[in-house]
Amino acid sequence: MSFQATMEAWPRERVEALYAGITPADVEGALSREERSIHDLAALLSPVARPYLEAMAREAQRLTRWHFGRTISLYAPIYISNLCAADCLYCSFASHSGSRDKRTTLGPDEIREECRALAALGYQHVLLLTGEAPRIVPVDYIAGAVAIAREYFSSVSVEVYAMDTAGYAELHRRGLEGVTLYMETYDRDMYRRVHLGGEKMDYGFRLDAIERAGEAGVRRLGLGVLLGLYQWRIEALWLALHARHLQKVCWQSALSVSFPRLRHTPARFRVEHPVSDPEMVQLMLALRLFLPESGFNLSTRESAAFRDRLIPLGITAMSAGSSTRPGGYAIHREECCEGMAETAVLEQFEVEDTRSPGEVVSAIRRAGYDPVWKDFDAAFAPMQLG
Amino acid sequence: MDDPLIIAGRTFRSRLMIGTGKFPSAQSLREAIAASGAEIVTVALRRVDLTRPEDEGILSAIDPKKQLLLPNTSGARNAEEAVRLARLARAAGLEPWVKLELTPEPRYLLPDPIETVKAAEILIKDGFVVLPYIQADPVLAKRLEEIGTATVMPLGAPIGSNRGIRTRDMIRIIIEQAKVPVVVDAGLGAPSHAAEAMEMGADAVLVNTALSDASDHGGMARAFALAVEAGRLAWRSGLGPQRDAAEASSPLTGFLFASGESPA
Repeated sequence: MSFQATMEAWPRERVEALYAGITPADVEGALSREERSIHDLAALLSPVARPYLEAMAREAQRLTRWHFGRTISLYAPIYISNLCAADCLYCSFASHSGSRDKRTTLGPDEIREECRALAALGYQHVLLLTGEAPRIVPVDYIAGAVAIAREYFSSVSVEVYAMDTAGYAELHRRGLEGVTLYMETYDRDMYRRVHLGGEKMDYGFRLDAIERAGEAGVRRLGLGVLLGLYQWRIEALWLALHARHLQKVCWQSALSVSFPRLRHTPARFRVEHPVSDPEMVQLMLALRLFLPESGFNLSTRESAAFRDRLIPLGITAMSAGSSTRPGGYAIHREECCEGMAETAVLEQFEVEDTRSPGEVVSAIRRAGYDPVWKDFDAAFAPMQLG
Repeated sequence: MDDPLIIAGRTFRSRLMIGTGKFPSAQSLREAIAASGAEIVTVALRRVDLTRPEDEGILSAIDPKKQLLLPNTSGARNAEEAVRLARLARAAGLEPWVKLELTPEPRYLLPDPIETVKAAEILIKDGFVVLPYIQADPVLAKRLEEIGTATVMPLGAPIGSNRGIRTRDMIRIIIEQAKVPVVVDAGLGAPSHAAEAMEMGADAVLVNTALSDASDHGGMARAFALAVEAGRLAWRSGLGPQRDAAEASSPLTGFLFASGESPA
């Protein structure tokens, strides 16, 4: 059962009409209920809800604490390749981004080096990332990387190109816990406008990918839209519908949501729909009230100060000390040096929160939360050889 | 009053068990354990690394001389995963006790009866003392008891829901029929809920979220301990069943006996 049918039933006009009818009474009703409908979510996301932000924050905090306690899980991204065959206007990895920085795919020994460096810091949960290059960075390579990472970490997830079910099954077989795959934008027109090359141009294939991962047995499914591409209120509603769909179809998989906000984009792309801090907070709070048991991830794309403020508002997992270039932990650490620009390995985005894992752990504790390094066990996803 | 709780031949004075997830720090957990007087403390194996010593994690808050560390399989989706996890814990040196939690769906964390029975069979044969977390299903409780589980642990409401005992009628039947201790687990959000379970005749309760979410962890743990004690004492003291209808004022069977004659 594809989510495409739901998307067809919820065109932009229907979502806009839903927002247009929202009144303060709808917001108050949505706040007071325990089980919230799509209509309630629209109320909480709408501009009408702005005066209710504090009440939403209190409810979001209560729900998050009930479901997750006062804990924040820690994870680290490992970029294993920055080769990319797609041409996404907003991304530094894009094949036509104009960057002359180095492209590379880590070999097994290099992946091990990166893993070793992160494991030494205490990490147990990692996210492996690549660009969109299924032909030159094939499924087998990623499956091998998962198996290597599993020698060091109890939980390994990937954020890579959309695959078919067999591809996800192969990763699952090698010990994968989760798949994160941002739709980037659910809006078909915008999707077409910003994705100019490669297999990624296929909107439908990407839309159904996360469901295929669930079918293949992947336990954690990560959703997200790239905030800034399109109108966030409309995107959020589509994302919520997607989440509800997945909860029914992939009932054994846990969902998590990320909130990647476009900041520094290549020169050829201007963020048309920027999301302000208050809007980002409203988005997170409203989604928390709608999806109380879903994990919410916050990456180092956001500033240290902002991230710290968000800890008690519904975030459940944070990355820390991240590098967004392949080899960034053990192999190419010298990127900070002057005059290296010509030879530096290309990074996907500039990290805003540059604190070390230790500093982030201290910030989490200061907020009254327990930093959790391990929340998954290898026994749940045994590696199968070969 | 000597009223110990006996599970698999082992004696416990406290009838309050506590879960260790969700606390803001090991220190807050330590306070809760101390104030609760709990002697059975359950730990999710997925949260701990038994191969590494801890200075500030969950395990550091448990005193093995005072509390039985009861590992649980929370996060397992099927029997195979739960069994694997339990065996790893035993191999790492923990006692062969396990709280079986098999929750294939991640939203409400409701237990899977089929996989729970499968895992219980395997683990009992393997020499484990098995305490299964189950739906409040009286037939399932009997089936598990027959397999040889050390307790049954029916839920009052979904984990972390704070809703109290929503499965009252079924828990009543489970208690009435059980030959093993009945531990009401999950959903107990206030001391009054715990007292109610004990007044119904439960042998023990297990609490986590209500303690970890309190602003004073020790205070809330103590409140639960008192409630458990009060509920137990009330049950032992012959708390009458609550009646739905008033007693008929004139006897319905008086006609059977001659006036002045007693039915006895």
